[in-house]
Amino acid sequence: MNRIGSVLLGLASALAFGLLYAPVVVMVLFSFNAPRGRFNLVWQGFTLENWRQPLRDAALSEAFLTSLGLALAATLLAVLLGGLMALALERARFRGRRSIELLLALPLTNPEIVLATALLNLFVGVDLPRGPLTLLLSHSLFCLSYAALTLKARLAGFDSTLELAAQDLGAPPLQAFCRVTLPLLVPGLLAAALLSFSLSFDDYVVSSFTAGEIVTLPLYLAGAFQREISPQIQVLSSLVLLVSAALLALASPFRQGRP
Amino acid sequence: MLSEPATQIGGSDCRESGSGSGSGGGGDESAAVIAMHNVSRRYGQLVALEGLSLSIAAGEFFSLLGPSGCGKTTTLRLIAGFDRPQAGRILLQGRDLTEAPPHRRPVNLVFQNYALFPHLSVWDNVAFGPRSQRLPEPELRRRVGESLEVVRLSELARRRPHQLSGGQQQRVALARALVNAPAALLLDEPLAALDPDLRRTMRSELKRIQREVGITFLLVTHDREEALSLSDRLAVMHGGRLEQVGTPRQLYDQPRSAVVATFLGAANLLPAVNGEGLRLLRPERLRLSAAPPGQGERGLRARVRELVFQGATVEVRLCGADDLQLIAIDTSAALPDNLRIGEEVWCRWNPADSHLLEAPQS
Repeated sequence: MNRIGSVLLGLASALAFGLLYAPVVVMVLFSFNAPRGRFNLVWQGFTLENWRQPLRDAALSEAFLTSLGLALAATLLAVLLGGLMALALERARFRGRRSIELLLALPLTNPEIVLATALLNLFVGVDLPRGPLTLLLSHSLFCLSYAALTLKARLAGFDSTLELAAQDLGAPPLQAFCRVTLPLLVPGLLAAALLSFSLSFDDYVVSSFTAGEIVTLPLYLAGAFQREISPQIQVLSSLVLLVSAALLALASPFRQGRP
Repeated sequence: MLSEPATQIGGSDCRESGSGSGSGGGGDESAAVIAMHNVSRRYGQLVALEGLSLSIAAGEFFSLLGPSGCGKTTTLRLIAGFDRPQAGRILLQGRDLTEAPPHRRPVNLVFQNYALFPHLSVWDNVAFGPRSQRLPEPELRRRVGESLEVVRLSELARRRPHQLSGGQQQRVALARALVNAPAALLLDEPLAALDPDLRRTMRSELKRIQREVGITFLLVTHDREEALSLSDRLAVMHGGRLEQVGTPRQLYDQPRSAVVATFLGAANLLPAVNGEGLRLLRPERLRLSAAPPGQGERGLRARVRELVFQGATVEVRLCGADDLQLIAIDTSAALPDNLRIGEEVWCRWNPADSHLLEAPQS
């Protein structure tokens, strides 16, 4: 009985992981395909040609680099502002703190399309031309809630006597923050940054409303799939996969909490 | 009187300390490491400290003893600089530092939960202070090494705090404070988090370390045994004021008030002979016997209510006339053999062993 149970469990797990990762495996496989025609969807033969010049497709590369830069900038802004918000919400006592916390959590449940249309409405209303600025503002905005809430949770478990101890040992307040609080917040900062980065990097809905002439990777891919599927798409996607797997591996020592 | 007691009880009701019999430490104000003048602190309606004055001499082991909420922790936070008083002055080494931030004060605090930095090794925890002072590296290494030696933790310098036992963490906290050679070390209930056996060990460790480094220790505790066994002098706090300051012996034998008397140990409070006030008679001063009191002795009849055998000693609870409750503690060997519950015996004492308490102020 027990044996049968564990065999069934193993089969179910294998099936679930298979379904989850089969498309990814296929995608990586096809980055090594030598396709005929514009659609790299039928296996023809193995080649390393696609990987020799991953950025050969100029429009694709530009979109990729745009998304990369955008995600980095949005992450930086979101973690910085979110961190300050989290500090204020956790450390300071002021009127309206509860309401702000509620407002901060709202975007998590709010459908993205609502935010997207609202932003477009706003930008048109204040006559701000859609472009890099509106895109960055929008992305930082929806990353902000996630970053702030992640860091707030981290700060809530923080023993505030540690900072007092640092001051007592001769460190002025700012130094105490930098030598004690900040290092202990690194796991939280890393988690917030990873979350923000991936949210921004693969965002389609908000970008499609606020990007103007700018083409991010998700926007480009959505458009390109109608015309062609070049192996470069699979190559870049595999690269992104590789990078995120590497980041995850890098972050895993911190995920177990403090060592 | 040889010298002024180093501690004066201040405020409007300036009462003198103890009975003046050779109090430990002393000297004039300027020699005080910690001096507080009429310090008051309120939190909204709550009065935490009311006109507190206190002065502690160099090298003293001084304790603030009192129940929770008596203001002892507030006093410590004010001295450390984590809080500011609304009135009064705080002098450290003769300098007025009432408004100075914590990092500019020549005192260090050992936190009740130790507050060790979890991301730093034992060595780096101890080196935190010297690095804040930007000590040159060789000097820093020497000082940290010495400090760890004093608390006997040199072997564990590479460990992280979470890899240490409670007692070891306590030692790290001590070393981390002592390495700065503070004018005074402030200890906030340092032994409260330890289990009873370890607490006794750490108690003697504290005393040894204080003797070794010769730094002024200011201990805050609600544990009377701790305060009595460790302190050169101690102060009993009650309701934001100092009730009395003196040596452990003075406070135990000659408490000013019933509050101090009962806080420092089991106490028999008998009506005074002339009917005014109360007399304190410690349980170990009371002798039980079948024979009536001899010449020069006092005595009264009481019925044995309870016998509690405690090994070396036996605690006897008795009930006298007018429902007077008494406690006697004696060595098991010295008690009458045939003492039974319900029996009437003589409780005898030497009048010189009893002590007249001040009537409580209305």
